[in-house]
Amino acid sequence: MHPAAVEAMTAELVRVGNASSLHTSGRSARRVVEAARERVAGALGCRPGEVIFTSGGTEADNLAVKGLAWLGRNTDARRTWVLGGATEHHAVLDPLQWLALHEGFDIEYLPVDSMAVVQPLILKQALADRTDTSALVTVMWANNEVGSIQPIAELSALAHEHGVYFHTDAVQAVGQVPVNFADSDVDAMTVSGHKVGGPQGVGALLLRRDLKPVPLMHGGGQERDVRSGTLDVAAIAGFGVAVEIAVAEQSERAARVAALRDDLITRVLAVVPDAVLNGTPPGPTRLPGNAHFSFPGCEGDAILMLLDAAGVEVSTGSACTAGVPQASHVLLAMGADDFTARGSLRFSLGYTSTQTDVDALIAALPNAVERARRAGLVAAR
Amino acid sequence: MKVVAALSGGVDSAVAAARLVEAGHDVTGVHLALAKVAGTAGSRGCCTLDDARDARRVADMLGIPFYVWDVSERFREEVVDNFVSEYAAGRTPNPCLRCNERIKFAAVLDRALALGFDAVASGHYARRVQTPLGVELHRAVDPAKDQSYVLAVVPQERIAKMLLPIGDSAKTDVRVEAAARGLLVAAKPDSHDVCFIPDGDTAGFLRRRLGDQPGQVVDAESGAVLGEHDGAFAFTVGQRRGLNIGTPSEDHARRYVVQSDVSTGTVLVGPPRLLEVDVIETATPVWAGPVAELGRPYGIQVRAHGDEVRGTVTELRPDGMTLTLTEPIRGVAPGQAAVLYDGTRVVGSGTIARSTRR
Repeated sequence: MHPAAVEAMTAELVRVGNASSLHTSGRSARRVVEAARERVAGALGCRPGEVIFTSGGTEADNLAVKGLAWLGRNTDARRTWVLGGATEHHAVLDPLQWLALHEGFDIEYLPVDSMAVVQPLILKQALADRTDTSALVTVMWANNEVGSIQPIAELSALAHEHGVYFHTDAVQAVGQVPVNFADSDVDAMTVSGHKVGGPQGVGALLLRRDLKPVPLMHGGGQERDVRSGTLDVAAIAGFGVAVEIAVAEQSERAARVAALRDDLITRVLAVVPDAVLNGTPPGPTRLPGNAHFSFPGCEGDAILMLLDAAGVEVSTGSACTAGVPQASHVLLAMGADDFTARGSLRFSLGYTSTQTDVDALIAALPNAVERARRAGLVAAR
Repeated sequence: MKVVAALSGGVDSAVAAARLVEAGHDVTGVHLALAKVAGTAGSRGCCTLDDARDARRVADMLGIPFYVWDVSERFREEVVDNFVSEYAAGRTPNPCLRCNERIKFAAVLDRALALGFDAVASGHYARRVQTPLGVELHRAVDPAKDQSYVLAVVPQERIAKMLLPIGDSAKTDVRVEAAARGLLVAAKPDSHDVCFIPDGDTAGFLRRRLGDQPGQVVDAESGAVLGEHDGAFAFTVGQRRGLNIGTPSEDHARRYVVQSDVSTGTVLVGPPRLLEVDVIETATPVWAGPVAELGRPYGIQVRAHGDEVRGTVTELRPDGMTLTLTEPIRGVAPGQAAVLYDGTRVVGSGTIARSTRR
C-alpha cells in the first residue's frame, strides 16, 4: 500500500462512526467517505454521485454484469443476450455463466484476436446479429494476464448505437494507463483498491447517474439504493487517497515502469531465445508493467516454483482453489494450445519495482527454464 | 538436502515434513492432485479440496513453500485404469503399491530430480537404512503400521532418493508429536485403502466401469451350480463374503472363492483346504538391494496386511521367479505382490502370476 493510503486508513481505524448515522461522529465519518468519493471521481472523470463503493472488484463486476443484464431485460423483455469478451476475468466470466445457467440469459463470448483484443468489427457483427435482443456488453479495459488494452471507447459507442449497456472491468488499467469514465462513455466501470496501492477488500463501481441496476444485496441501501451494507470508512479513505495518487503519478510511473519492462523483455528474449512474448506489442496498447511469455517445452508452474525459490515472484494464469495449475483461458482464447498455455508466465512490474528486480529475474531465469524443460521432458515420457 | 515432501493432507506426511524441516533440510511441500472432478462449465475443476487445504495449512505452519502437482492424468492411466483392467483380467491389484511404483517414486521423483531436488520424502511407515554396502529398505518399527510391503516395488536406485522420516516411530507417537507441533491434522482419521473409491464399494466401482458380466458360482469339488453373480471380476481368491449362495455345504463348512475365471465367468468355491498353496510364481522381480539367493530362507508376505511365512526362491529367471514355501498358506491372489524379507530388510518383490500345491 502507498504510505499516504496507509496513513489515511489508519487514521480512520481508530475513529468511531457509521457514515450513515445522523449524529456527530456519523457525520464526520460521512465527510470522510464523501471526500474519498470526490477524490475517486476527480481522478477518474466521473461525478461523485457516480461512485458506488463496494467490497472490491469482484463485487463491482457482479453488480454490473448481473444488475445491468437484469435491468436491460426488465426494461425490454426481448433483451436476453449478454455479450462478454472471451478473455474476461473470472469475476465477469463466472457471473455470465451463472446468468446463463440460472437466469435464462443467452451469452455470446466475443472472440479475441491472437493478441487478446476484441476487434470492434467483431462486436459490430455480434450486435447486428442481435439487434433489439442484447441487454449488456462487457469488455475489460486491459487484460490481467497478457496486458492487452481494448479499444473501450469504440466498443462502448457500438453498444450504445444499439441501445445496449456497456460495462468495463478497469481493475488492471487504473493507475497504469489513462482511464476516464466520461471520455470513454461507458455506463459502468469496475475499479479495485489493491491494484492502485490501496487496501484490499474495497473497490467501486462507477455507474452512470441515471442507471439503477438490480441490486445483489438488499438492506440499508447505503450506496444509491444499489448497494447495501455499512460502509468501510477506513478502507474507503485509504482507497480514495490511493486512486488519487495512482492517477496523478500515472504518466511518470508508466514511463519508468515501461522502460524497466522493455529492458526485461529484451533480456528475457536474449537469455531464452525461444521464449515468445504474448499480447499486444509494448506501447500504448499494452499495460506498462506487463510482460507475458510462453516458454516452449516448460511447465509454467515449474518455472514459477524455481523462480520463487530464487526470490523472484511471478504468476502463471490462474490456479483453482486447490492450487492445481490450469491452462489459462486467456491464452486458449488467443489460439494457444493447451501445452503452450501451460508453459506461460506473467512478469508484472509495479511502481516499486527496480532494476535490481529485473537483474535478479534475468540471473535466475535460464537455470529455471532449463530445469523446467527437463521436468517437461520427464512428464512427456 | 533439497527435498520434496509429499503432503497428502494427513498426519503422517505432516510429521514427516516437520521432522525434515527441523533437521535443517530445504523442504518444499507438494500435494499430489490425483483426481479431478468435473466442475461447472468453465470453472476450475478441482480435486480433493479438503485434503489439499489441510496440506497447504501444514506447509504454512512449517513455513515451507507449497505447490500442487497435477498428476491426475498419470494416476488415472497408471493406477485407476490399471486397477480396472487387472480386475477385468481376474487379478487382484494393490493400487497403493502401483502408485508408489509408477507415480510417487517414479513420475514425481523424476520431476523432482529434474527440477533440482535431491529426494522425495513421504509419510510411509518403513525405514530407509544407509549401510556401507548401499541403501536398504526395512520394515517400520511399528509392526501394526508397517508399509514396507507397498514400497517393495521400488528399485534400489530409487530407494536411495526416498526419505522416510517416520518409519522409526509408532503411529500413536506420530499423532502425539503432530499435536505437540500444533498441526491441526493430528486427529485426522487414517485414510481409506483405495483413495479413488471413497465409499469403499470396490465391487460397485468395478461394475460401473466393466458392466454386468453375469456368471455362475460353482462348487469346485462337485461341479454343482450354487448360484449366480454379476461379474467374476469382483471376486478374489480367498474371499468368503458376498458369495450369494443359498445352499449350505454338506458339512456346513464355510466356502471360499478358490478360483475366479473371468474368461468363462465361473467362480469356483470350496472348502479352505482347496486354497492351500505352497508354490508361487511371479512376474519380473524388482530388487531393493542385491538379488535374492537361491535356496536361502526368506520371509515372504503375499498381501498388504498378511503375516510373513517362510520359503525359498527355487527358480530365478529374467522374467519371473518361483517361490517355494515351507508350509502351505491360503488366499494367495494373482495380482498381489509377493515380497521377500531378510529379517526386517526388504529383499525384493514380484507380482504373483499363479500359485499351486506341490
